[in-house]
Amino acid sequence: MSGIPHDHYEPKSNLAKGVESRLPIIGLLYTTLTAPTPKNLNWMWIWGIVLTFTLVLQIATGVVLVMHYTPHVDMAFASVEHIMRDVNGGHMIRYFHMNGASLFFFAVYIHMFRGLYYGSYKAPREITWIIGMLIYLMMMAAGFMGYVLPWGQMSFHGTAVITGLFGAIPFVGDYLQTLLLGAGAVGQPALNRFFSLHYLLPFIIAGLVIVHIWAFHTTGNNNPTGVEVRRGSKEEAAKDTLPFWPYFVIKDLFALAIILAVFMAVVGFMPNYLGHPDNYIPANALVTPSHIVPEWYYLPFYAILRAFTADVWAVQLVNLLSFGIIDAKFFGVLAMFGAIFVMALAPWLDTSSVRSGRFRPMFKWWFALLVVDFIVLMWAGSRPAEFPYDWISLIGATYWFAYFLIILPILGVIEKPLTPPATIEDDFNAHYGPKDGGSATTSAE
Amino acid sequence: MSHADDHQGTRRDFIYYATAGAGAVVTGAAVWPLVNQMNPSADVLALASIRVDIGAVDPGTQITVLWQGKPVFIRNRTAEDIAEARAVDVSDLPDQGANNNNLTDEAPATDENRSLDADGKWLVQMGVCTHLGCVPLGDEGDFGGWFCPCHGSHYDTAGRIRKGPAPRNLPVPVAAFVDETTIQLG
Repeated sequence: MSGIPHDHYEPKSNLAKGVESRLPIIGLLYTTLTAPTPKNLNWMWIWGIVLTFTLVLQIATGVVLVMHYTPHVDMAFASVEHIMRDVNGGHMIRYFHMNGASLFFFAVYIHMFRGLYYGSYKAPREITWIIGMLIYLMMMAAGFMGYVLPWGQMSFHGTAVITGLFGAIPFVGDYLQTLLLGAGAVGQPALNRFFSLHYLLPFIIAGLVIVHIWAFHTTGNNNPTGVEVRRGSKEEAAKDTLPFWPYFVIKDLFALAIILAVFMAVVGFMPNYLGHPDNYIPANALVTPSHIVPEWYYLPFYAILRAFTADVWAVQLVNLLSFGIIDAKFFGVLAMFGAIFVMALAPWLDTSSVRSGRFRPMFKWWFALLVVDFIVLMWAGSRPAEFPYDWISLIGATYWFAYFLIILPILGVIEKPLTPPATIEDDFNAHYGPKDGGSATTSAE
Repeated sequence: MSHADDHQGTRRDFIYYATAGAGAVVTGAAVWPLVNQMNPSADVLALASIRVDIGAVDPGTQITVLWQGKPVFIRNRTAEDIAEARAVDVSDLPDQGANNNNLTDEAPATDENRSLDADGKWLVQMGVCTHLGCVPLGDEGDFGGWFCPCHGSHYDTAGRIRKGPAPRNLPVPVAAFVDETTIQLG
């Protein structure tokens, strides 16, 4: 891998030399593990490890759950109850898998907002950012399909609603929805194929994660100052960085231990806190649960979906301009996917020359408002579709789009940023001088 | 290079395009079955009709039956329900088409075009919200008809959308009276 200058692996034993000359896999692992990492990374840089761990957790628990699960409309619900009651330790494995999904999304949202605050999406890390957004989309699809498998009331009617989103697309919508469901209505074909795809997607995610890591190992990590690592020579780079192993691995594992302590408490003491009781009622096509809501991690985007009803002037305008092709229903779907799409475009919408939000006095406040907006949307999405929640959703959705499409481009022009430190070393020494136990890499010459 | 300025199609160019074209066709032909297998299978497509006994449905009540995997509402409407639905001007409705599979697409959304019989007593419609497919609740909502709890769509006593995000009236399936107390769906 190119990028920051660093030592390369030199095989010593004859065996290692022999392997390395045929397949340079030891060198690949060595380079990955010893990647030069900015030494001023703060605690917001631990979430990547948490996410990697969670992906492995989900795949491991998922593979064993499949050994007991039956993807059939008459047996799926009973087979999940079989896991809960009869399979040895089955209830814990399922609770780990259920809550693992929540941990996954909790970590990914912090990871994404970390990137948005410190400008990790900016050049030259656009590809890392785009791959991350793809992983996020795959996670949403995998999470949704997993929620269908227990075949409870929320599973069934959630499937009707989510596949209905595709049905809203003009001209091809009905065809597409039928193609997805394999029938005119939610039933056996849908359950069977969602099961297949739910097993497939995590492996695609794993592949994308490798590309994600490859990309940011090529550009080098961002860091809280947004200042690039010096690359003039190996010595210069070494003043700004430390090897990933052992320094950051140990730090990340410590953080992971604390997060897992909280996770274990949730799994052990309140495993159904984040779920919906309705999903413990077997699916019934004749009755929709009185209050249908998706899992908490979809709520902000669900609120955006619901916000644009036919009485909003923007919807009416678009409806008129598109000769009625884009109605309120399709507008809502476009807004929901658009909310994720504008986030993916952040590298090109942000015009500021300074990367990190730490040195952007105006940006800080708009960013803080975006975080609040996200939480408010999450709350509004969990409420019924009535006043005042519809208005709150509409205002929240408007700010979400305004942040990416208006505020980010304009701020770069009108804001006067502070001056970031010249090097990562300077920033590090300002926080952890050698007298406080920091490394003695201050200019000795 | 001698052939660099030769802009006329050569035999080699033809072979490139023919190979690329054949490759694209073969790839498409190989992928299509993998996509098409997701479409409804023959047993799912088999058009099932069912007969429903409505002898026990009193005025002001409804039954819900499952037909082709979807709920169908069969309602015996009261005189007030009918009067209320017939008092509405079609031009005031968000969806002015009857959405009735027994009629043409152009039929206006009058109450007469929605109900199964001439008197308007019997209303047969799919119990699937035209927004995102939830099952609306009966005797609810601002217009005395149906209310979808998912995203707040209100339907009137003729199953026509009046308020909320749903774009269409509840669809009326192909249905007919077999005798006095039996309706055939499909």
